[in-house]
Amino acid sequence: MDEANSLLKAKGICKAFPGVKALINVDFELRPGEIHCLMGENGAGKSTLIKVFTGVEILDAGEVFLGGNPIAPRSPHHAQQLGISTVYQEVNLCSNLSVAENIFIGREPLRFGRIDWKEMKYKSQELLAKMDLDIDVNQPLERYSVAIQQMVAIARALDISAKVLILDEPTSSLDAKEVEKLFGLMRKLRAEGLGIIFITHFIEQVYAVSDRITILRNGELVGSYETAQLPRVQLIAKMIGKAFDEFESSDKSVKGDALQESRNAFLRVRGLGHKGSIHPFDLYVNKGEILGLVGLLGSGRTEVARTIFGIDKADSGEIQVDGRTVKINNPADAIRYGLAYCSENRKTEGIIENLSVRENIIVALQAKLGWMKYITKKKQEEISKKYIELLNIKTAGPEQIIKNLSGGNQQKVILARWLLTEPKLLILDEPTRGIDVGAKVEIQKLILSLAETGMAVVFISSELDESVRCSSRMAVLRDRVKIAEISGEEMEEKNIMQTIAGV
Amino acid sequence: MQRMQLSYKYINLIITIVLFFALFAVGSVLYNGFFSTQVLLNMLIDNAFLIITAIGMTFVLIIGGIDISVGSVIALVCMLSAYLLEMQHLSAMIVIPGMLLMGFLFGVAQGSFIHFFNIQPFIVTLAGMFLARGLCYVISIDTIMITDPFYQFIATYRIPLPFDNFISISVVIAFALVLAALYLINYTKFGRAIYAIGGNAQSAMLMGLPVGRTKVLVYGLNGFCSALAGIVFSFYMLSGYGLHAMGLEMDAIASAVIGGTPLTGGVGFVTGTLFGVLIQGVIQTLIMFQGTLSSWWTKIAVAFLLCLFIVLQRIVVSRKERTKSIS
Repeated sequence: MDEANSLLKAKGICKAFPGVKALINVDFELRPGEIHCLMGENGAGKSTLIKVFTGVEILDAGEVFLGGNPIAPRSPHHAQQLGISTVYQEVNLCSNLSVAENIFIGREPLRFGRIDWKEMKYKSQELLAKMDLDIDVNQPLERYSVAIQQMVAIARALDISAKVLILDEPTSSLDAKEVEKLFGLMRKLRAEGLGIIFITHFIEQVYAVSDRITILRNGELVGSYETAQLPRVQLIAKMIGKAFDEFESSDKSVKGDALQESRNAFLRVRGLGHKGSIHPFDLYVNKGEILGLVGLLGSGRTEVARTIFGIDKADSGEIQVDGRTVKINNPADAIRYGLAYCSENRKTEGIIENLSVRENIIVALQAKLGWMKYITKKKQEEISKKYIELLNIKTAGPEQIIKNLSGGNQQKVILARWLLTEPKLLILDEPTRGIDVGAKVEIQKLILSLAETGMAVVFISSELDESVRCSSRMAVLRDRVKIAEISGEEMEEKNIMQTIAGV
Repeated sequence: MQRMQLSYKYINLIITIVLFFALFAVGSVLYNGFFSTQVLLNMLIDNAFLIITAIGMTFVLIIGGIDISVGSVIALVCMLSAYLLEMQHLSAMIVIPGMLLMGFLFGVAQGSFIHFFNIQPFIVTLAGMFLARGLCYVISIDTIMITDPFYQFIATYRIPLPFDNFISISVVIAFALVLAALYLINYTKFGRAIYAIGGNAQSAMLMGLPVGRTKVLVYGLNGFCSALAGIVFSFYMLSGYGLHAMGLEMDAIASAVIGGTPLTGGVGFVTGTLFGVLIQGVIQTLIMFQGTLSSWWTKIAVAFLLCLFIVLQRIVVSRKERTKSIS
């Protein structure tokens, strides 16, 4: 590769956090005048790499060059001075200040030692005009849409003489029109010779706007590719971490006769949607069936679960439970109809850290019974012991504080919590994430045996092989739309990937 | 349309100013002798210390903090200056700068605890409040009268104004502070950084603003203001006593809130705070002229005002959210 032609170059970057190697010997190169997509699933190391470039994290080993000179950003401020600016997904501006101030704060034009408001207004208007943005710069930023705020953030970044612009998932809350406008701006900046690193999980957008793609997986570099020469299926295969050819040989066991929609579907939803998070979708789950929700990170898997469970109140569509149309306005309603939901965020939405295993198990049952009905301590202990044994939870006893358990065992406690409410439909969102292989297999087995007892299960996982192994039918999501259902023989990894990629 | 939306943020400020003049007009119609410049000026004379400390508080509220130690710091300043002047016979020229420095450092210390140990400002300044109040009683449990000639002079000196009106030196100090605060907040990087941090500290940090330094300085500034208020208060009372300025911190917060500075940070007006104090002054004066009501009715009136303004702020915010979701 031509040395002179690289704008930002990283060589052998290593970064470790306690217990995790976030980046292992990663190389990266950004050329001037290109839009470069950085891709990877959760935990691939994208954000750590960005943080190294922007000085939020200091690297353990490796070198970063900007225009051929070695640099070592110490803070976001320092990185900005060097010429690397970042616009984050959550617009990092102060919405209470005016547009002009947001562009110039920290480096206001001064006149006789005091802020020159006129000059500031004039300069920011000029700057925004270059981006074809005609707005009143004296208005507080919060008056404008996220898309415009995004543009203002870019204007600020550019005015601090950015050579490298990092856009971290800027499109996740924009609609199609706004995305097109942003892309227009990105292309314009590319033509001016700026190097842009673009992070997104929308596959369509990658192909719409980028020149090259770098893929990371588990902290390691998979490779850099010309976008035009990397088919979508290949991209997804590389992100998920399987060579494309491997799928040919994957086993094609058929599970159940799920093709025909059985009449005794436990849950059936029609046109259920939540504006801004998931497009209206139809879905049904039979008794004793495991429905897998698959798709890339951010494709709307969790949003489907949250909308069904009433965490995000649906703004369209209807839900039928056991053939009866019901209204689910909040999780309490959902629990009453026999639904249970294990969140993907075990730490923040699952376990109650400082309570004992017993208390963590009892809490949902207590909620279901109502807070006035006291469950005697003896009864609580009995129940906890029973489930500890049943699920093979490794703990010193029911009174152990849950945060001292391993991830897999915490997950089992949460499962116990929901099983105790005797749900008829169990939604499991990434139940095996971040736990060791042994515990993973145990949990998978447990899910299969639950389905055998007639429980309907919705299973969400980022690991495709796990989904294939557990599910009897799959719903595929892409860019917050349910695009297909797969069952029977079609349910093999290669085919699923092609569906996800949309080819 | 645009102009109307512009006024959202200013709605409390505008209401406060209008209400002030309305109350003044009501008093003027009801009572003889109410409508005079001197009545207006007396409100300033009687509340100069409150204006000073409320302005410091406004800064703290804008960065999204709170400081409930100011009342105790005022008491401590009164007590300590009385002790140094009367018992140690130090010159006022040493005592006054010393007190201001002490107030500043007290604030800086509180600010440092809040920022570097990431502790809630309420708890830190609660500790500061107990500390300062406790120290008063260590110095003396009795009142110490101030007989220092310089203090006596300032306390009694009347600056003549046209038409037989007059103001005290305290009022001049308060107004000098108001002007300085207006300049600081509107025309300096420091002032704008305060708004940015109050709006979103995380963003401010990522935009490269010195968040820590600004926060600590704001508490330092507030400490300075409360010390200055303490000195003005000692001109007013000419004594040091452990129970001085009890609950004054709440009056200062109330003044700022009535003047359009919410406790959520990111918004606030020095002018608003000035009128927030004056509105309490006009209510006091009304009750004084009325003659039969106890002076505690001022508090009751302030309670209703606060309630009104908080509800108003809530409505403004929810309306803003609605218009946002529509657009």
